[in-house]
This record gives sequence, C-alpha cells and structure tokens, in this order.
Amino acid sequence: MNETTGSRPRIGLFVTCLVDLFRPTVGFAAVKLIEDSGCTVEVPMAQTCCGQPAYNSGDRADARAIAEATIEAFESFDYVVAPSGSCAGMLKKHYPGLFKGDAAWEARATAFSARVFELVSFLVDVRGVRSVDVKRKARITYHDSCSGLRELGIREQPRMLLSSVKGLKLVEMKDPDVCCGFGGTFCVKYSDISNAIVEKKTASIDAAGAETLLAGDLGCLMNMAGKLKREGSTVEARHVAEVLAGMDETPPIGGWK
Amino acid sequence: MDITSPTFKANARVALADGQLQKALGNVRAGFIDKRRKAVDALPEFEELRDRARDIKNHALEHLDLYLETYEAKVLSSGGTVHWAETAGQARDIILDICRKADARTVTKGKSMITEEIGLNDFLEKNGIRPVETDLGEYIIQLRGEHPSHIIAPAVHLNKEQVEADFRRVHDHLPDHRDLSEPEALLGEARRVLRSQYFEADVGITGANFLVAETGTSIIVTNEGNGDLTQVLPRVHVVVASIEKIVPTLEDVSQILRVLARSATGQEMSVYTTLSTGPRRKGDVDGPDEYHVVLLDNGRSSMLGTEFQDMLRCIRCGACMNHCPVYHAVGGHAYGWVYPGPMGAVLTPSLIGVDKGGHLPNASTFCGRCESVCPMRIPLPKMMRHWREREFERGLNPATQRFGLGLWAFFARRPRLYRLAAALGIPVLSLLGGRKRRFAWLPFAGGWTRHRELPAPESRTFMQQWRDREAVARQAGR
Repeated sequence: MNETTGSRPRIGLFVTCLVDLFRPTVGFAAVKLIEDSGCTVEVPMAQTCCGQPAYNSGDRADARAIAEATIEAFESFDYVVAPSGSCAGMLKKHYPGLFKGDAAWEARATAFSARVFELVSFLVDVRGVRSVDVKRKARITYHDSCSGLRELGIREQPRMLLSSVKGLKLVEMKDPDVCCGFGGTFCVKYSDISNAIVEKKTASIDAAGAETLLAGDLGCLMNMAGKLKREGSTVEARHVAEVLAGMDETPPIGGWK
Repeated sequence: MDITSPTFKANARVALADGQLQKALGNVRAGFIDKRRKAVDALPEFEELRDRARDIKNHALEHLDLYLETYEAKVLSSGGTVHWAETAGQARDIILDICRKADARTVTKGKSMITEEIGLNDFLEKNGIRPVETDLGEYIIQLRGEHPSHIIAPAVHLNKEQVEADFRRVHDHLPDHRDLSEPEALLGEARRVLRSQYFEADVGITGANFLVAETGTSIIVTNEGNGDLTQVLPRVHVVVASIEKIVPTLEDVSQILRVLARSATGQEMSVYTTLSTGPRRKGDVDGPDEYHVVLLDNGRSSMLGTEFQDMLRCIRCGACMNHCPVYHAVGGHAYGWVYPGPMGAVLTPSLIGVDKGGHLPNASTFCGRCESVCPMRIPLPKMMRHWREREFERGLNPATQRFGLGLWAFFARRPRLYRLAAALGIPVLSLLGGRKRRFAWLPFAGGWTRHRELPAPESRTFMQQWRDREAVARQAGR
C-alpha cells in the first residue's frame, strides 16, 4: 500500500456507469463523503462500466477487456471506491476469476481487488467513520441490495451511519434482504418475472410507511423507483450517499410525484 | 415427460396469471424460510457443518469410481443386485425387466425425483404395470396427471381446496358428505386409500438420499413412513439412484443429515431415516426377497471434471428454490422439466442440453440467496453464469441480444468514445425527461417501461461535470 503515515490516502472513484449517466449527484455525494473521511479523491477518465453486462451474459472476452482497462486505470490508487455494492462486488470478487490461467494478470487483478470497496462499507470499515453531521427530518426505509449484502457483507454499515443523521427515523420494511427483481439485463430479458418480483418489493416498501426509500445501488433504486412511480406511490427514492452527504436538494430518482 | 423448458418465458407468463398458483406460492415463502431460519439459528455449529458436508461430498466425487465399486461389492455381499444404467432408457428397461420377472402388476413408489427424471411412471403404465405413488404430495399430483413442482414438496403449487376436489373426484367410493376441509382429514383419507395398495404391490420402488459405500446401504429420509412400507412389504425392492448419491461412510451420512432436514423443512431430522442393506436375511422379521439397486448416470459423469462438478454435491433439500424470488414468482412447472429453481437452472442444461434448458440459467437476478442457504455451499449463480458462457460461445443467445451487447461492449471498451457518446446523448435525454423527471415510454426501452417508469438522467453526466469542476479548480490555482 502506498499510504504513508500522516498523508491522506488517494482514492480512485469508480463512478459506475449508472451514476455517471443517470445520477451524478451520487458521485458528488461519494466524493464529499470520502473527502470528509480524510482522503483525497481522483476520478480516472479511462473508466466506463465494471463489465457486468458482458460478464453476466456469458461474454468473458469483453468482460476481461473491460476489467484490464479498469485495473490499469485504477491500480495506482491506495483504494478504489464505488457507490454500488454490485459494481464493487464485480471489481472485488469477480475480476480475479476472469484472468484464470494468466498468472501475471491474475496476480494484478487480485492485488487490485484487495483495495476495492463499496462506498459505505469503505467509510465504516476502512476509515472508521461512525457518524455523519447532517440533518434530515424523515422516515426512511432501507433496501439491502443483493450483491452488497451477500457478496460484501454490507448490512449494518449503512444503518449505523443513517442512525447518526439527526431527525432521521429508520423503519424496516418486510424482507429488506430480498431481491427487488432488477438483476441487470434480467429486468428487460424477463420483464414479466422482474415485474412480479418488484411488485412484492414495492408492496413491502409502501407497507413500511416511510417517506423515503434508500439503497446503495442505483440499478435497484431505478427499478424500485420506476415501479413506485408507475403505481402512483408518493415514496421517494434516493441513494443512501445523497442523504449521508446532505446532498438531497435534487429531485428524487424518477421525480417528485 | 415433455420438456417445456424452451418455452420458459411463455410458461412463466401463464404461471404469473394463475391465481390459484400464486396463492399457493405464498405458502412457500411463508412456510419454509422462517422454519429453516429457526432451525439454523438453534444450531451454533451449522456453518461449520456446511463446510464439512461440502468436504465429504467433494471427497466422494473426487474418488467416485472407487466408492461406487466398493458400494457395489458391499451390495453384492449382502445378497443384493446392482444394475448400471448409463441412460434413462437403460434404467427404465432394467426396472421393467425386474418387474416382469417378479410378475408385477402393481408397483408402489416412495418419493423419488430420479424416477421422474427417467419418466418411469408413464413407461410402466404403457407396459401394463400400475405405479402407485405413496408420498402424499406425489399421490395428489399422480391423481391430477401432473409432475412435481418442487423437489421435496411436489404438490406445493396446489391449495387444499384443489386437493379436496381431486379426492372427491377420484375416491368416489367414499360418502359424499364427508368432511375434508382440514388438511388432517385429507391426509387420513389418503392413508386409508393407500394402505391396501402396499399389500397389493409386488414391487416397491424407492429413490435414495444416500448410498453408503462402506456398508452397501441405501438411505431414504421421509416424513410420512410411506417409504418404509414401500420397501419392506413387497417381495421385491428396487432402489433407483444416481451415482452422485454415494458417500463413503455412515458417519459421513450422519454429518450431512444434520444439515439436510434443517435446510429443507426446518426440522432437526426428518421423521423417518430408513436404512436398507440387501434383501431379508434369515431370521429377519420382514424385508423383501429381492433387493436391486439401479445406478443411473444419465449425464452426471460428464459433469465430473468440469465447472459443473460442484453441482453433484446437491442433496436435493430444496432450500435454493424455497429462497428464490424467481421460483416464488413462477413456481416449479414453468421451468419445464424435472428440476426447478436454482438447482434446476444449473442441472437441467447439464442433463437435457443448454440448447433446450438455456432459459433457466438466464432467468436469474443473481441475487445469491440460493447460494447463501445451500447446505452444500454450491456456487449456484456462478454455475448459472458458466451456462451463459457456454451459450454465448455457441452463439445460442438471440441475435438482438448479441447485437445489443456487442454495441454496448464496443463503447464500453473505448472510454473516450463512450464519454463522447454519453456527453451528447445524456443531456438530451435529461431534457426530454421534462418536469416529471421520468419516462412512461421510450423507444427501445419497452422491456423496462412495460412495467415501470424509467427515471430520466438527472442532468449532464458526472464525467462532464467533474471535468468542469477540475478545470475551475485548476484555474483557481489549487
């Protein structure tokens, strides 16, 4: 690790394609939170997507090419942080496997993976952040996105930080750990099944009685927000980083009403 | 049975519109999950046991030839016969031959997914032999001419009102006014009807949860006791099992049993754990005169040494499907063959070909809940992805999908071009999002917007804004 005592760790922000394209606020919120935790943040321009669409469609060649480019762009940083459990999970848990049989690249990918973290778990587990200094008067409910929860063990970290937000009350929905039905390309390839799954999720969200839905993954959030809006629900959806950074003046995902 | 896996999408649509099915599927979510959780929480060493169970099966699979031969020798020495069947057809012929030699007219059956896999019931019927399912769930679906929709709860797709109607239709020798409103009454009636069948049967066929190499023993776990009656009362007992059921020792079985029932039904143990080793010996009070074991390969040996070998650890507990959001949505029949849910999504393409079973490993969100509950720690999502890779290599995915993916990959591999395209397209899309900040419809986004709104991009891309911010910072001489 390049980190030396007294200096601020250099963080490479892996923005994620959805945040880049659909919700830049999440990226700026991530930058603020990481900087507040005592780090410097850089955003390598040579990033696009983590490669999951190819990887999960069975296209290993493209997935590997994208992984190589991502590793090259990010391996000089002390840490690589992404505001998404799914993309961070790809970088951390799946990249090394793409290089099986290529010892040099596999070693590079493994060394890279060790330094990748999802945003909120990075703040809590690596930087020791225990609270944030923001206010938001609202009842919120939190959805545990699958990859973050099951691949990276993210559950308590967002709840801990959210509990420090003044005025915020967390009300748990039923089965917050059950998939929302997004699943990347799954939601369009099997849109009827995806719909049946997200319907159960929005029913749980509505029943929780919260005004705001938070989660750590924009894919899941767009799916749930899109369904909530279609159903005429008034629940607003936001990425957890927006609330933790106090950057919640932008309209919620999918608009207000 | 007919394979309908290629029409999975259409099957799923039918299932989603089936009110009775949707009601019944609610029981899967409510019933199995909480019970498993409780059983697991009550056993502090559960996670450690999962590791051990995995290691035992891995070891057995690494030395499968050795253990199978040891097992065969032990069965022979206890007076039984072992038949090797490479294909489903061979297994059917072997079983028919045994039945004919026994002059069998009625065959009772314990619950067995392997006999589903080889389509045994239809085959026996065509050959003039009447198979009688004795597991309550299997009995119900046999009455309905259906196949199991779940590997341990074959009739889980039904509600009790439907079962009542079937019983009234088929058991027409019983009084019309009898009360069948409670599940216990249905169970009691099935028991009474089935009782005589056990005595009529000439051959009893069971599956096996385990085959023990050390002793030549086959083991079944059941909750109804029907398996015991099936294998003890007729003159001939036939065990049909696939080769990966082998474990080295009885001690190994006792380890795996500790995770099996807990994962399956949330019980500490199933009600009956029945061991059978050869035919009745001199001095035994009961047992069959003949004991046959049909060992079926049917494609499993070709999974050895591949990325699908781990799947052969599966002990058929059903936990993966009990926790699967896709299974909860569409039920087991939509999968179109014998094995549904995540385990079916991996196993089915192995056994019937990815050209027919290709939808199954694709119809997953990779939520990973299956793997998180699998007592044998089978990396189910990873293996589903391997199937997608095989499909992709063979060019089996639809052309539109490949085109879309290719186009996306072209940009994703070229960051400059990608940034440029995004910088041009996203602000326009954002503008089109209007005051509502979302789309109810958008060209080429029908898969998404059919069921949900598409949130509009917030503004310009993050990358655009970040570059501006950096430029301002540089000018300010930071």
